[in-house]
Amino acid sequence: MADFPKVLSNRYALPQSWTLKTVEAHGAYSAARQAFTTMKPEQIAAEVKDANIRGRGGAGFPAGVKWSFLPKDSKVAPYLVINADEGEPGTFKDRTIMELDPHRLIEGCLIAMRAIGANVCYIYVRGELVTSIKRLEAAIEEARSRGYIGKQPFGVNHELKIYVHMGAGAYICGEETSLLNSLEGMRGEPRLKPPFPAVKGAFGAPTIVNNVETIASVPDIIRMGGKAWSDQSRLPRDGGTRLYGVSGHVKTPGVYEAPVGLTLRELIYDLGGGMLYAARPLKAVIPGGSSTPVLRPGDLVHAPDEKHPLHPWHGKSHIDVPMGVDTFRALGTMLGTCCAIVMDDSVNMVDVARNLMHFYSHESCGQCTPCREGTGWLHDVLRNLCEGRGSENDAAMLVEIANNMMGNTICAFADGTAMPMLGLLQKFREEFIEAGKRGAPKHTLGATVRGIGFTGGAA
Amino acid sequence: MTFTLSAESEKIVDELLTRYPTKRASCLPVLHLCQREQGWISPEVIDYVAKRLDLPTSEVQGIVTFYTMYHQEPVAPNVVWVCRTLSCDLRGGREVQKHLEERFGCHVGGTSKDGKFTLKTAECLAACGQAPMIQVNDEFYENLTLASLDRVIDELAAKTGVKSPSGTPQPGTPEARVRAKTLMGLGEG
Ligand SMILES: Cc1cc2nc3c(=O)[nH]c(=O)nc-3n(C[C@H](O)[C@H](O)[C@H](O)COP(=O)(O)O)c2cc1C
Ligand code: SF4
Ligand code: FES
Repeated sequence: MADFPKVLSNRYALPQSWTLKTVEAHGAYSAARQAFTTMKPEQIAAEVKDANIRGRGGAGFPAGVKWSFLPKDSKVAPYLVINADEGEPGTFKDRTIMELDPHRLIEGCLIAMRAIGANVCYIYVRGELVTSIKRLEAAIEEARSRGYIGKQPFGVNHELKIYVHMGAGAYICGEETSLLNSLEGMRGEPRLKPPFPAVKGAFGAPTIVNNVETIASVPDIIRMGGKAWSDQSRLPRDGGTRLYGVSGHVKTPGVYEAPVGLTLRELIYDLGGGMLYAARPLKAVIPGGSSTPVLRPGDLVHAPDEKHPLHPWHGKSHIDVPMGVDTFRALGTMLGTCCAIVMDDSVNMVDVARNLMHFYSHESCGQCTPCREGTGWLHDVLRNLCEGRGSENDAAMLVEIANNMMGNTICAFADGTAMPMLGLLQKFREEFIEAGKRGAPKHTLGATVRGIGFTGGAA
Repeated sequence: MTFTLSAESEKIVDELLTRYPTKRASCLPVLHLCQREQGWISPEVIDYVAKRLDLPTSEVQGIVTFYTMYHQEPVAPNVVWVCRTLSCDLRGGREVQKHLEERFGCHVGGTSKDGKFTLKTAECLAACGQAPMIQVNDEFYENLTLASLDRVIDELAAKTGVKSPSGTPQPGTPEARVRAKTLMGLGEG
């Protein structure tokens, strides 16, 4: 297996890695000390900009640029809000940080608060992640007892408070404005943008919302320097290393750290240990959480024009394109959360669509008609198809419903539903037509693991 | 009947109120505390939270119905959530559900014949690489096989002493109540 240097995850394997006692012997809070005692807030922000870190929550927005959107003349201090609502199907990376190295996230919060001038940080954690919540609470307590959180962290007059806020089970609360409503004690319904949170966020104050992994990377950015941190990447304008997840039909599913720009082939066959069963080849992979359109290994990049961003990979398989925010957008999908769902050829794609659209119809907040109705219809049509009650026109109907959802709603949830639906329809059209004619093969999702009991891993 | 929190939990509420610039922002954590004491969110809990946080009861009701973690009906001492989203289903999530339905003698949404387990399905619980998985109360059980699944349920059944006919209101388990303290930043974690 390829051995990539571990940076963000370098303390995961230490005994009791979630305690201060363990991690301070391995550099915890040294970057915060350096930032507080030797750097001006603007210098910290400049290093983060140089690091070219693209937001790890899914949208891939450069964190350094986001921080610069805070109004310079605001009379109230901004809030820092950490998005730890991890709920995108297929995504399970932030949990590893919170469970295995919560101090790295806390240290990142301290440095980020110093850079943006915040006094209060809320970490909004998905309510189900009780172990994460407990370890973060304990880590905050340890940091407070050392004075790292408090009135004068590292002897500097900059009061800091960090609180964990426990969510209550709603995927949509991962959307940043919905998260802010939920934090304020309301239903988690997304807000219209603008105003963007940087201008008017939590409790009406300017607010930076960042993903767990984004902020947990900040200590290493300070320690190594923004440019050196960025240069670990294989791609330009998309820096650093990041956590990759791989689940589904691979031998060793899990979370692995590697440079930005790893390929799906490396993720599946190298880090993921290869396909679960030798006799069942890779059929499709959802690259970065369920909202990102599916890719097929047999599709080749067509970019003969030298100016095309994908030209260097012209003629290569889609799974040989380096995983980056910009490269995957050019491929017609998205990098998303960088957590791939791998499927072998036992899987029927109508069944996959049914499973995912069940999720989206359950999780729509219901504010916008195209989203509330559209997700329900998609699921109904797909269930009918799977149960042999569909028709040949259903594929066309699914396309129409999905198209009507795009671009017409308050938040990106509807697009994040329609895009993967359209991707499946485009790439596996015959399976949807066939299901309309004869019904889809039933329950194909766990086909490879059924009948052997569960191996729980490699076979 | 009115609902009251234990003196200990009241202290936690007081502390929670200092964390946010508004009272209502404590609503979600306070509801969690109440559910940990009583097992579910009854109409009396809603009245209590509304009064404690100066909110209309309709607002609290609206919050309770929005979030899946709040039980709007009594549940058994152990709530079993089976993840049925894609990564788990690719590795047998459906079989886990079927096995538990057979074992408990109930469907999803119901409570086992011995009154110890309520069965529910969950959407992706951020454990996709450890599929198939279930959550029971605060714990995740991952990389399940049918054998390990049975062991987990056996152990929990043995620990859950109180037997009652299915559907009868059950207080939260003593363990869950103890944990409530450590959750809101006031315990050892
Ligand atoms: C429906 C929906 C769900 C989302 N869920 C999450 C989530 O669970 N975690 C997360 O960090 N970002 C999530 N996001 C993205 C956030 O809105 C936001 O872009 C992100 O937290 C910003 O942090 P970053 O710039 O550090 O990535 C979601 C977005 C949408 C539209
Ligand atoms: S797009 Fe869907 S999830 Fe987003 S606000 Fe509208 S109804 Fe709610
Ligand atoms: S799909 Fe089950 S935990 Fe993610």
